[in-house]
Amino acid sequence: MTPSYSGFLGRLDWDALPITGLIQNPNANEIVANAAAAIVLVGVFVVVGLLSWFRLWTPLWRDWLTSVDHKKIGIMYVVFAIVMLARGVLEGVVMRAQQAAGPGDGFLEAEHFAELFSTHGTIMIFFVAVPFVFGIANYVVPLMIGARDVAFPRLNQISLGLTVSSGMMLMVSLVVGRFSTGGWTAYPPYTGAAFNPGVGPDYWIWAIVVSGVGTTLTGINFAVTIYKMRAPGMTFMRLPMYCWTIICSSILIVFAMPPLGVAALLLAADRYLDFHFFTNDLGGNMMNYANLFWLFGHPEVYLLVLPAYGIYSEVFATFSAKRLYGYNSLVIATMSIAVLSFTVWLHHFFTMGQSALINAVFGIATMLIAIPTGVKVYDWMATLWRGRIRFSVPMLYGLAFLMLFVIGGLSGVILANPTVDYQVHNTLFLVAHFHNVLLPGVLFGLLAAYNYWFPKAFGFRLNEVWGRVTVALWTIGFLLTFMPLYFVGLMGMPRRSFSYDDPSFHPFMMVAIVGALVITCALFSVLIQLWVSIRDREKTRVPVGDPWDGRTLEWSIPSPPPPYNFAIIPTVTDRDDFAAAKDKGAAYPTPDAYEDIELPRNTGIGFVLCVLSGIWMFALVWWIWWLAALMTVLMILAVIVWTFDDSTELTIPAEEVRKDHEAWLARVHGEKAVDRDFETSPENRGLARPDLEAVT
Amino acid sequence: MKRAPTHSYPGINLGERHASAHKATEVVTFGFWVFLMSDLVYFGLMFAIYITMIDAQAGGPGPHELFDLKSIFAQTLILLTSSLTVGLAMLALKYNLPRARIVLWFGVTLLLGISFLVLEVRDFMAMAEQGGIPQRSGFLSAFFGLVPLHGLHVAAGCLWLIVLGIQLRVKGMTDVIISRVVRLALFWHFLDLIWIGIITIVYFGGLTYG
Repeated sequence: MTPSYSGFLGRLDWDALPITGLIQNPNANEIVANAAAAIVLVGVFVVVGLLSWFRLWTPLWRDWLTSVDHKKIGIMYVVFAIVMLARGVLEGVVMRAQQAAGPGDGFLEAEHFAELFSTHGTIMIFFVAVPFVFGIANYVVPLMIGARDVAFPRLNQISLGLTVSSGMMLMVSLVVGRFSTGGWTAYPPYTGAAFNPGVGPDYWIWAIVVSGVGTTLTGINFAVTIYKMRAPGMTFMRLPMYCWTIICSSILIVFAMPPLGVAALLLAADRYLDFHFFTNDLGGNMMNYANLFWLFGHPEVYLLVLPAYGIYSEVFATFSAKRLYGYNSLVIATMSIAVLSFTVWLHHFFTMGQSALINAVFGIATMLIAIPTGVKVYDWMATLWRGRIRFSVPMLYGLAFLMLFVIGGLSGVILANPTVDYQVHNTLFLVAHFHNVLLPGVLFGLLAAYNYWFPKAFGFRLNEVWGRVTVALWTIGFLLTFMPLYFVGLMGMPRRSFSYDDPSFHPFMMVAIVGALVITCALFSVLIQLWVSIRDREKTRVPVGDPWDGRTLEWSIPSPPPPYNFAIIPTVTDRDDFAAAKDKGAAYPTPDAYEDIELPRNTGIGFVLCVLSGIWMFALVWWIWWLAALMTVLMILAVIVWTFDDSTELTIPAEEVRKDHEAWLARVHGEKAVDRDFETSPENRGLARPDLEAVT
Repeated sequence: MKRAPTHSYPGINLGERHASAHKATEVVTFGFWVFLMSDLVYFGLMFAIYITMIDAQAGGPGPHELFDLKSIFAQTLILLTSSLTVGLAMLALKYNLPRARIVLWFGVTLLLGISFLVLEVRDFMAMAEQGGIPQRSGFLSAFFGLVPLHGLHVAAGCLWLIVLGIQLRVKGMTDVIISRVVRLALFWHFLDLIWIGIITIVYFGGLTYG
């Protein structure tokens, strides 16, 4: 290969396509790579084809891509996350298959295996967990705090655009060139230009930088939204628990994303401009990278799991028909975790040669997090205690979480001990631990949220039976896949190695691949549940909007909610305001008067920046300098031109609001209320019957 | 000179009748403060990197060979004066002086910002002539990772001044524009704050410990 580094297309040439590798060297490894590229291309063709066939381009542009409605942006985030989840899961399965192939070299090359674990980690954290968490938050938070939108609706659209464009870069890296082999952490000097001159680490860097900007803007947006946009009367101690976790997560983002940006950009300076931040020679210091990266990386896992804690808090309270137990202690625990998460980053490199004292301090700081987390677990259990529990799908996810997450947490306490860490450092024990907290913790929480709030978003419930099947498959799949890894980890099997020669690992790997296949079934089961639910939607509609006998404000409005959310901004008098209103018989009040409502008008800026930043990243990865410069100028110009646009508000006349709201109120009063024990039956139209034998 | 009695911000004078404008400005200004906090973390980390790399000179030129304190002194005076002129623009806004007054102070600020950048680039070129290029050592990488980052912020501020100047001319003093002026002023003062850190840590710290 003789790359030309200054040409019109930079270092892009035919060798960048995977098909070239297949022609030159046809083997299993190349077939897997080409199959992956083919799936991406087929996926693109299918989507483009379907959109054209059903003539959906205009509605897509008008109703979705240019929308600044937080509800639609939230849905787009979740769709994006689920698409990326499919890729991340399949990569995990391929990796498990490689190990299950037994001692020896398996069917993948070492490079390819390294690409797989790098993309798997990067995708799962940055392009599944983060967009999924903030997709749900986008949908739910303004509804929960009684607001009409987030604080900065247009910025919200830009955040989505930047997240999607960088996720697309990971898809492009499957088809053009290769992704990084440096893991999701991309430690230099291995990812430096001296050891890794290809495009891989550059794909990683720019995807991380651009999505990082998007995430930071989201964090700012949600911190300000919860701080400033709460309905009158909603004091901080009346804030739903989920909003508490989102504001803590947002604060984590505001402070934790900059270290990631610094780490990635300095690595870029090393690679592109021959700087010496993290190189081996001329005074570079790679420990700075480790510190920067984990100064982000540790708060990151808490900014993912805190919202899941919030979701579980809502789910346990609603499906136990009780007020959340120990609200104040949960608030304090959430904030403690947010603060402590910044004090533990060094436990990611106990073995890299700092003093025993420093290791001890960070080890103890790490163990401290178990205290507020333990408080939370007990509070959730006390919420269940003597509740009128319904085993609905979100609740089942919650119960699986309660049991499995405790195991994951305990293995975390074990790892927090530096002496133990020396033993299991860089083994599959670690992989088992973080999958043990991230799957039952974050992913189950998000799937619970998806089942819980789906009827709010789309106006009909998800299929219960398939929901239960999905929960079972995820739980069994998780147990089979990751529990064996604890054992082989203790036996010393290193992580991230494409081959091994100890035959005693093999039986465990066989169990793990069975688990991975069950997880694949779980993934398909999510899609089947969605398909079945859409097919049967006429039987599960909940137009009144309160299918679960909900407790917080989002259930007090129609499903799906109107663009302005609340016809009248509610005045909050209680922590579980809607539940309290229902108890007093004061739910669904008829307002005295209606007002004109101002909403932000649609704009294309998020989409424009999505496209431009995508091309910008691609140009930088392939050293197409003229294109990168052009895109930089265009992005700046696009923002400047956009700031000249004055017609940013759209007024919905009071008359229209009144008409819609009165029609809905008429429906509320005409509908038959259903007891919460029958909430999965077709009679449940979203009007819960006030409970006469209240348990609290 | 009558002023709005409540919820007024320094330099912002939307009047009592504009409750919604006040509310909107409050949200946007608070959001901008949060953004500045995030940016501050960025600079804080670059300072930390610089401190860890002061000695990583790898035999290349160090602070004593490269830093020209006279030029730094001039740049400091220029930048601090520019904060004063932004403050004067904000006072003009607060006391409802004619728009030309704001534009005038904006113009002076822009000139000061550009002269700061010119001096800074001249310094960098002088450093390069003595072999002080970022590719030479970890210390110089850290220097050129931090100081031009501040310069880039100043350049962005200059661009913002120009665009906002045009918008003041085209659209006049609408609530949205006034709110942007408030944020630009915050941003500009923030850059001064960072610069104080740069003189103290990069230049004085470098000369003391490097």
